[in-house]
Amino acid sequence: MTAPTTVLFDAPGPKARVRHLIIGIVGLVVLLLILGLVIRGLANPRNNQLTAEKWSPFLQPSTWLDYLLPGLLSTLKAAGLAIVLSLVFGILLGIGRLSKIRVVSMVSGVFVEFFRSVPVLVMMLFAYYFALYVLHLASNQPFFGVVVGLVFYNSSVIAELIRSGVGSLPSGQREAGLAVGLTEGQAMWSILLPQAITAMLPSLISQLVVVLKDTALGYIIGYYDLVRGGQTFSTNFGNLIPTMLVMAAMFIVINYALTRIAQGVEHSLQRRGRAGGQPDESLPGELTQPPVVAQL
Amino acid sequence: MGQLAELISKYHVALAFWMTIKLTVFGGLGALIIGTLVAIFRVAPINVLRWIGTGYVNIIRNTPLTLIVFFFAFGVLNTLNISLADQQSPTSIADNNFRWGVVALSVYHASFVAEALRSGVNTVPQGQAEAARAIGLSFLPSLTQIILPQAFRGAIAPLGNTLVALTKNTTVVSTIGVAEISYQMKNMIEFSPQLLYAIFLLVAICFVVLTLPVGALFTYLSRRLAVQR
Repeated sequence: MTAPTTVLFDAPGPKARVRHLIIGIVGLVVLLLILGLVIRGLANPRNNQLTAEKWSPFLQPSTWLDYLLPGLLSTLKAAGLAIVLSLVFGILLGIGRLSKIRVVSMVSGVFVEFFRSVPVLVMMLFAYYFALYVLHLASNQPFFGVVVGLVFYNSSVIAELIRSGVGSLPSGQREAGLAVGLTEGQAMWSILLPQAITAMLPSLISQLVVVLKDTALGYIIGYYDLVRGGQTFSTNFGNLIPTMLVMAAMFIVINYALTRIAQGVEHSLQRRGRAGGQPDESLPGELTQPPVVAQL
Repeated sequence: MGQLAELISKYHVALAFWMTIKLTVFGGLGALIIGTLVAIFRVAPINVLRWIGTGYVNIIRNTPLTLIVFFFAFGVLNTLNISLADQQSPTSIADNNFRWGVVALSVYHASFVAEALRSGVNTVPQGQAEAARAIGLSFLPSLTQIILPQAFRGAIAPLGNTLVALTKNTTVVSTIGVAEISYQMKNMIEFSPQLLYAIFLLVAICFVVLTLPVGALFTYLSRRLAVQR
């Protein structure tokens, strides 16, 4: 609990403190009421979701070993492969956009802009049917669809990150590289790019959260991810809502940890004085994580 | 080309496109309302409200939209039987799916709206809040008359990003049978796989047409309306 960045209120006096206490209690009561209503809805005899039989399966190892963990593993597998490939293509595209050769930068620019406006799900559907009808893959078409869909979109996002990262470096860096006799390309690869990637590291980690969440779209093209595993499992016990809550908790824990890691990296970079610029806000497109403001 | 035109009329692509627009507009309005409330909670002087706001943003932002859509459609609608449509009407199933889809989109994007607004509040100089307090405004008046109007203007770019993301995320609602454009894309490709590329391009262009103007408009607005300091 640090102080909010803009203090919009005076230090409360005795009257205000009482008022805040009252409002706080009212807020808490309203929250508890809403929770109570939800719990009553769940406990309603027609669709009882609160009984032990709906929740006890989560205590059995088979639930985790047969459904949830394999699902989580394939979610992580797809997300991991996608982020690695996106990094490779994203760096190439980002450098392509910065290229001095007009044709290369034009093509990369069009590619990036196009794939940033197409929804990930549409890309996944296309990649899935492409694997099915064009490549005639015997198996793993959903996996191909998920990864390729994610890579097209996220490499475009990472390309933008790289571009703004290189753009935020002082121009003296490139000039110094040229001055000691490096070519443009060498200066880019050995001087600018490493610094840009270091500066963009927090945003790249935040992008991992986006990739993980988007992997859940793979459910729609039949990829056996965490959501699919949970749903398959819940049909055995009719405990869809408890399963969803457990799955949501799994996602939240992983993503929240990633967000905190990103913030930690950002702070350590700031301490070393190498923090990167935020991605250019004026570009329409994806939800990058908002700039880290002081935690309330 | 003739085959594609046939498909377009057979699968009511224009209607599906309209459905995507409807989802975007209603979802956007809902997200703006909930998100503004959550943002107010996050800067309130009361601890409990701040915790509620922070909790909301952290929980919702880290859950996949797919899961949130399922939660409302299968959990709330099917398991708990909470209906948002007239059960007697012939279109009650479609209406229900559409309405819960809008709720899911609103709830999910509200967390991003709240974050955008909070970064907007951070663009308002400290002196503005101090001046507001100096002339005797208490928390809510200073927020609604001094801070939020400027915060909205400072948050236009991230709000635009949220709206573009919302437009693209409407596709997720196809999972619960709302006939929007990606739903029809799936049907069209399965019906005539030989037109795979044409269908993909058609859908992609639909989204480019939707998102590019919005992006450009918000970029223009953020320059035009930015508070001159």
